[in-house]
Amino acid sequence: MRNLFRFILGNHVFFLFIILEILSFVFIFNFNNYQKVKFLNSSSRLTGKVYDSYSNLTQYFNLPSVNRELAQENARLRGMLEIHSTLKRIPDSLFIRFPAKEQVYSYIPARIISNSVDRQQNYLTLDKGSRDGIKPDMGIISANGVTGIITNVSPSFSTGLSLLNTRWNISAKLAKNNYFGSLTWDGKNYRHALLNEIPYHVELTVGDTIVTSGYSTIFPEGVLLGIIESFEKRGGDNFYTISVKLSVDFKSVSYVEIIENKEKQEILSIQKLNSDDEKVD
Amino acid sequence: MRKWIKYPVMFTVLVLVQVLLFNQVHFGGFLNPYVYVLFILLLPISMPQYQVLLFSFLMGITIDWFSNTLGLHAAASVFMGLLRFPVIKLISQKESDQSNYPGLKQTGIRWFLLYVSILVVIHHFILFNVEVFSFENFHRTLLRIVASSVFTVIFLFLSQFVVFRE
Repeated sequence: MRNLFRFILGNHVFFLFIILEILSFVFIFNFNNYQKVKFLNSSSRLTGKVYDSYSNLTQYFNLPSVNRELAQENARLRGMLEIHSTLKRIPDSLFIRFPAKEQVYSYIPARIISNSVDRQQNYLTLDKGSRDGIKPDMGIISANGVTGIITNVSPSFSTGLSLLNTRWNISAKLAKNNYFGSLTWDGKNYRHALLNEIPYHVELTVGDTIVTSGYSTIFPEGVLLGIIESFEKRGGDNFYTISVKLSVDFKSVSYVEIIENKEKQEILSIQKLNSDDEKVD
Repeated sequence: MRKWIKYPVMFTVLVLVQVLLFNQVHFGGFLNPYVYVLFILLLPISMPQYQVLLFSFLMGITIDWFSNTLGLHAAASVFMGLLRFPVIKLISQKESDQSNYPGLKQTGIRWFLLYVSILVVIHHFILFNVEVFSFENFHRTLLRIVASSVFTVIFLFLSQFVVFRE
């Protein structure tokens, strides 16, 4: 024990260094969402890999029983098909009155009080907070289009990721034919972003409008994102590389609206059921 | 008495200059000079290493606190604080004529530039890599490190003519 103390005392600088670095990284992981997500992802990638290779191995042994189940299901479905095709179609009509849909999205006006455009991760600070009904994960739009998303809220202020943040992407689509992809900022120029995952068979022209797809619960469908400035086919890729000129000039944006989706909870809870089902199987 | 007031004043001034000036003004998109490291560089050479580490941590966490990146600057500063002593040992040949206070006037231009450049590059290397937190686009990170280091060193060099002359 005394030797241990002597050892620690002799190397007190190094131990202090270790303690302070650990403290710093604890702060980094706890208070900076990006590093946290990245750290957890890389660790879950490892465990995922282990599970994946294990199941690859074991599923061979289950093949006979899987085959049997599939054959049984085929037989059952064939039987149902038989019944359906022999049924007579009786014309009928039904009178349903759909209830008038309530307003799904509501908008809260706010002002940007801090903004940047030239870092890799740009953040916004807004002058409205939880007192005004703002919650994390609400969308931020300005008159020209999508601006960002709320991440943290205090009673009278809130901060959010700007669209100019390499950490997130947004589900976007071509306004003319509804092909959708994801829009990401590459961290280079605050006027441009990249649209990915648009396959080669889609016909593009410079100047096509890019809008939000409405597939996320954050932004409604059809909010302007930008226009196509150039696109190219890169060898080896399956998708276009599209450069989009953003409609919002982040250097001059100051007044924004925060979008609340009133059906968000309902949509998320039903989507959660799907992923729960997958886990059970 | 003057010695005791000098470091708190320097600390405050550097934090304010960093947060209010250099964090707001960016040159060409990816140049972010971090001049606050000057505080750690100018601590007396005879100061015990554990104190240097603690002051580095304090400086880093204060900058983090203002720029919404809790822990990031602290990690880089503490790392730099640890390597300060070995770097001093490495670049000083004659210990007898060495001043206790690093500075352009006190320790000579060659020694000071070498000292500042090595430690600034170390600091920026840790800082930008922890910020990006991946080795994708490593050449881009490296470019940011080099470009920002050059600017930081220039500003630190110029600062020796303006203030902290002593």
